[in-house]
Amino acid sequence: MHDHKGWPAAWRSPELKKNYDVVIIGAGGHGLATAYYLAKKHAVKNIAVLDKGWLGGGNTGRNTQVTRSNYYWPQSAAFFDHSLKLYEGLGRELNFNVMLSQRGVLTLAHSVHDLEGMRRWANAIRINKVDAEILTPAEVKKLVPMINLDCRFPVHGGFIQRRAGISRHDAVAWGFARAASSLGVDIIQQCEVTGFNIQSGRVTGVNTTRGTVEAEKISFSVAGNTSHIAKMAGFRVPITSMQLQAMVSEPIKPCLHTVLTSSVIHMYVSQSDRGELVFGGGADVYNSYAQRGGIPLLQENVAALLELIPAFSRLRLMRQWAGITDITPDTTPLMGHTPVQNLYFSGGWGTGGYKAIPAGGDTMAYTIANDRPHPLICDFGLDRFESGKLVDEGAASGVAH
Amino acid sequence: MLRIRCPWCGTRDEVEFNFGGESHITRPGLDADDALWSDYLFNKENPRGVHYEHWLHKYGCGRWFNIARDTLTHEIHAVYAMGDPKPELVEKIAGD
Amino acid sequence: MTDTQKNRLETGGRIDRRKAVTFTFNGRKLQGCRGDTIASALLANGVSTVNRSFKYHRPRGVMSAGVEETNALLSVYDGQGDVPVVRSTMRALIDDHRIKSPGGFPNVNFDLGRMLDFTHRLWTAGFYNKIFKWPGWHWYEGMVRRMAGLGHLPAGEDSNRYFHHNLHCDLLIVGAGPAGLAAALSTVDSGARVVLVEQDHETGGSLLGCGATIDSVDSDLWINQTMAAIEDKPNLTVMTSSTVSGYYDHNMLTITDRSTPGVKRFWKVRAGQVLLTTGAIEQPLVFENNDRPGIMLANAAMEYVNRYAVRPADAMVVATNNDSAYRVAFTLDDHGIEVPAVVDARKTVPDEPADEARRRGIPVMPGSVVLNTHGNRALTGVRIGKLAADGKSVTPEGVDITCQGLAVSGGFNPTCHLFSQARGKLSYDTELACFRSDHGLQKVTVAGAANGKFSLSGALNNGAKAGAEAATRAGYTCTPTAISTTETEGYNLEAMRITPCGDSSRQWVDYMHDVTVADIQLAVRENFVSVEHLKRHTTTGMSADQGKTSNLNALTLLAELTGRPVEEVGTTTFRPQFMPVPMGAIAGQRHGDHYAPARLLPAHKWHVRYGAVFEDYGPWKRPEYYAIDGRDRETAIREEAIAVRREAGLFDASPLGKIELKGPDAGEFLNRIFVNNALTLKTGRIRYGLMLNENGIVMDDGVFARLAEDHYLLSTTSANADHFTDWLERWHQCEWPDLELIISAVTSQWAVVTLAGPASRAILQELESDIDFSAGVLPHMSIATGTFLGAPARVQRVSFTGEMSFEINIPALYAERVMKAMMIAGGSAFHVEPIGAEALMVLRTEKGYLHVGGDTDGTTNPMDVGFAGIVARKQADFVGKRSLLRAEDQREDRRQYVGVEPLNPNEELEPGAHFITGPEQGGRSQGMVTSACFSPTLERSIGMGLLESGFQRKGETVKVYDDGRSFEVRITDPVFYDPAGEKMNA
Repeated sequence: MHDHKGWPAAWRSPELKKNYDVVIIGAGGHGLATAYYLAKKHAVKNIAVLDKGWLGGGNTGRNTQVTRSNYYWPQSAAFFDHSLKLYEGLGRELNFNVMLSQRGVLTLAHSVHDLEGMRRWANAIRINKVDAEILTPAEVKKLVPMINLDCRFPVHGGFIQRRAGISRHDAVAWGFARAASSLGVDIIQQCEVTGFNIQSGRVTGVNTTRGTVEAEKISFSVAGNTSHIAKMAGFRVPITSMQLQAMVSEPIKPCLHTVLTSSVIHMYVSQSDRGELVFGGGADVYNSYAQRGGIPLLQENVAALLELIPAFSRLRLMRQWAGITDITPDTTPLMGHTPVQNLYFSGGWGTGGYKAIPAGGDTMAYTIANDRPHPLICDFGLDRFESGKLVDEGAASGVAH
Repeated sequence: MLRIRCPWCGTRDEVEFNFGGESHITRPGLDADDALWSDYLFNKENPRGVHYEHWLHKYGCGRWFNIARDTLTHEIHAVYAMGDPKPELVEKIAGD
Repeated sequence: MTDTQKNRLETGGRIDRRKAVTFTFNGRKLQGCRGDTIASALLANGVSTVNRSFKYHRPRGVMSAGVEETNALLSVYDGQGDVPVVRSTMRALIDDHRIKSPGGFPNVNFDLGRMLDFTHRLWTAGFYNKIFKWPGWHWYEGMVRRMAGLGHLPAGEDSNRYFHHNLHCDLLIVGAGPAGLAAALSTVDSGARVVLVEQDHETGGSLLGCGATIDSVDSDLWINQTMAAIEDKPNLTVMTSSTVSGYYDHNMLTITDRSTPGVKRFWKVRAGQVLLTTGAIEQPLVFENNDRPGIMLANAAMEYVNRYAVRPADAMVVATNNDSAYRVAFTLDDHGIEVPAVVDARKTVPDEPADEARRRGIPVMPGSVVLNTHGNRALTGVRIGKLAADGKSVTPEGVDITCQGLAVSGGFNPTCHLFSQARGKLSYDTELACFRSDHGLQKVTVAGAANGKFSLSGALNNGAKAGAEAATRAGYTCTPTAISTTETEGYNLEAMRITPCGDSSRQWVDYMHDVTVADIQLAVRENFVSVEHLKRHTTTGMSADQGKTSNLNALTLLAELTGRPVEEVGTTTFRPQFMPVPMGAIAGQRHGDHYAPARLLPAHKWHVRYGAVFEDYGPWKRPEYYAIDGRDRETAIREEAIAVRREAGLFDASPLGKIELKGPDAGEFLNRIFVNNALTLKTGRIRYGLMLNENGIVMDDGVFARLAEDHYLLSTTSANADHFTDWLERWHQCEWPDLELIISAVTSQWAVVTLAGPASRAILQELESDIDFSAGVLPHMSIATGTFLGAPARVQRVSFTGEMSFEINIPALYAERVMKAMMIAGGSAFHVEPIGAEALMVLRTEKGYLHVGGDTDGTTNPMDVGFAGIVARKQADFVGKRSLLRAEDQREDRRQYVGVEPLNPNEELEPGAHFITGPEQGGRSQGMVTSACFSPTLERSIGMGLLESGFQRKGETVKVYDDGRSFEVRITDPVFYDPAGEKMNA
């Protein structure tokens, strides 16, 4: 422990080999977790994870770290609760503290009808065997004493998932990278995929800026680039990429002890362990790959935050940035097979990919190893758009659509 | 903040406009099969680079029109009317 | 009170010695002068330790005189509470300022937290990921959280006022130092609209009090002359105390303007061209214990002497790797401050500064670096060592020098944050050993020190030239103004900032986050070798100063440790804000009523008089119920509903979406929008219908009336009205531009007063109108136009209550008059009750009427709500039709619209309950109760819902689950009241 000198390289920096059993494109949380579970649970030994930049450098390292499983549809709840349970044991699993803080996610209701919608939601969650508690305004106030219950759209109540919370995003990426690397996974950074080798509908390898690689199976999980990579493989996906902004205040002493969200006064906020208020709101409304913040949403998000918690007005905004979210028409992810044989993918995570990292990795590893979708992701396939069997989480909360 | 040149009203802030998504999509008829219909309904070009899209000048003239906008830089390369063909942009983009 | 300013120089400076300012620091009463910043006043009072560091609780002093300050971030009482993280180097001192050190327990001079410093080897980079794993992070989290943070949330109300402003200009010049002033001078007469922004309360930047000669006059006089030449010109605006903190797309920038006390203004600037003359930030040197109070940036020391007449120390050693710090040494010397040595890392010192130092008797130690420092809460001395021939180690012998101050200069790094925010690329300049702007992607130029022109003449000339060029690009004729200066200072930097020996865990790189060389070494050992990984792992540059004095040293170290050149290591992208901005300023006036302006009904005051209790329905404030005679919500809703069933109720339906469609193709257009046939509708008649989105989902319902062959009036749900008009326009303009019609939203032009109930016709017939209300002429689902109480009127016979009902559309101005008249007319023979939105919901629930968005969700198609026949009958295409042909949409086990009633009449249904099979937790939801009420007419609880295969299950008993309880319900037809429609059609 002394001086932490005993800590060796967290991951190796290997050379790219000529062939692998499985190549995973994208060394974000999902890609790294997939590689880890493939090596750990499915005994696949010869795996490479390729990334055009640095591991954990995309949305994994830009999100606001919320982990929850309060989903409406049973298939969503089952998947995200599996993820939350994996998060609960992740520190031990990876021998790396991911700083999971189950401080609860509190969702506010701002009218009688809002509250009815919330009741519908909370009941569904409980039937799904996930925890949800409906709160009165007084109970909300007790959890967040600074809240302005009598704001422009007065708070009528809310509901909380107490097991939900936040964790440290970089630690999740690094923890998986470290564990995967020690199981023999080659993480190749600064290696951009430029094309696929596809023969008679079957993928056999990828071309990269570091040369060509052959692989039995290939999977990609490249949030913010899903359409781009799919196009390389010759198919189209139902994804629109948009900027989701996040912002942080200067760090102050602990004053907010839960994650607060509202869809009417549109924002979410939590306080990081460093003391910064981390918050955001809706995504920008137009296609973008820019990863920068803009003014309209900055103003909207800050105004929303201050409407709910006016005491924050004298704090200063330190930094704003954006991640690129791949939005699907039903706000449910796309996972599993692609039209190309032996090519798999996981994408369309919208604003919520971070919370899905462990389950996304676990179920994709299963899907790749067995060439059939993991039972938890059967309904998340690309084929649902043709059949019309959508899993519409956006529609579920009863808000106007 | 995008500054968008409405062909009828001139350059205005993004907040005056509504985004309408990808342009130049052909709506299939009732005889389309499920694959064609779902492609029309859900699949998107979603390019990293120039995107041909339509916008409504909601708090202005109320007209829809097209623009060609780079999704990486947000630069607007062309503004053109609904129904006009995609403009040629090769030269302009090469200069970026 | 006696003067406490023991370190105030007798003469010089730009402070006003006659205007004493009193303030307290950690409760101690002190005095400063007008013109002081908080930091300069503290230094004048000899306060060395002003704060404690973030992680190790080390004593820290003022280290800069500007935006880059990382130590002296203090709490300042603003009349209501202590505002944390105030940059004391930027904040002007005012009377009665109450200033506190946020760090230190119990106080800043004696801090128990210091034990973390003595055990620092445990707390290296990423320690929290490696330890605190057992028994679980939640055991430690609270403690770690309490130790973090740079101050407390301020108590009390925020008394500041915040405003937003907009500004358009041809050229925005950011920074009014030498380059910015030269640019302004060059462009002021070009005709371009120029805005010059300075974050300081006065212009001049590094020129202030510096004593240089420009155009043959003293620099302070030159500033005054320049300001006189530009200030009153109509095309030029000077903004001081204003910080440009964000640079966004399309040359839009934001400014935080603090020039009015108690007011913060947030400006949005649309600039044709931007010139960044933002200067450069001096970089510290890295050596053992380089964070002690008394150690400050060399230029800061000079600024405290020149501008604030403060003696930073009685004896101050200067350590440098370039020529610029010599001027600092000479300035100190000029003001009687002893300079025991200039420690210069360079093996040979250029003649000019060396000769001058010799002339002044200041010892110069070439090829030397600081090894270590002594002291605790104040510096007492430094240890100097000589670099070995290879420059990578230090010879064993060292020399100790007694001093109370140490001025350090590692050279300058251009302030390129805004350029980087604007997507500009930075590249490493190996000669100047700093990051400079490379190529910009917006209409932006960088000049002066921000462009690597660190000499005064370079900055002035570069600024003048760049200003003229920018104005020319903006379309104006402009030539640079020639400015001369006698200053001939060289720079001659050698990129040696890090002493190559000593305990690396005591060599600070990022003061604010307590990141040391050892942390960076550890990160590299752990293979965190990309800039992003290094930043995140060590948190270098991630605190409130965003790495203004730490990034460059960290990157240099990273390059060294990984054997790469710095240019290959690269740098991170800077994000807004350049300087943190009060959140209140960003929100501006957008709070309370202004957060989202409420839409009020045209007869709002009438409702207020009738005791309406308002509730938010989307943007509208609508009466939820009327608390007549103090009755409670439940009673009011029941009495209102009963009144409608018995005699008459008056409902203000004005927010109802109203859209007129006119033109030869209006009917064809509607036919393509609605599930129902619009073409077969006869003039004067009304039809109810559904509108789908292209995915076949029910988006809205509404009625359309045919006013004339080519003229339709469409009524939509209030919540969707705005959105829906856009949506119609979109189909017309983008998909079917060949159809000839115009679409016009008239929602707010017309008020809608609905009179419903068995007595409604009789009441209307009492009132002055040319409309025949009789059943034969105006049956259910028909429309008549005419005048009503002198107002032009459209009367629609539609019902959302199940009773005979007249929707009177009159121009909004007449709303109150009409409502009043109806109450009076009814009053003579009948009881007319004003009814709120909730009673209406009860009535429509009794009647089983669909409430789109409540009884439907984003999965509901028209067949699910009983429209299968209509869909099947219509041959023509309409929006969403093709989607309904998918097998999934045709399934019979979809969630379908049904009525529900509890088996046990004492059970109360609530919207949001779910139909379940299996256990309450882990069972399966088959749908949910979407509407429910206690029916005053039927005197029992009823509701509607969406249930799997619901159409086939009428009469079945199903279990519902709701908030921890479950009970049985019977599935019924959704129409509970008057299923034959006799009342409605009367």
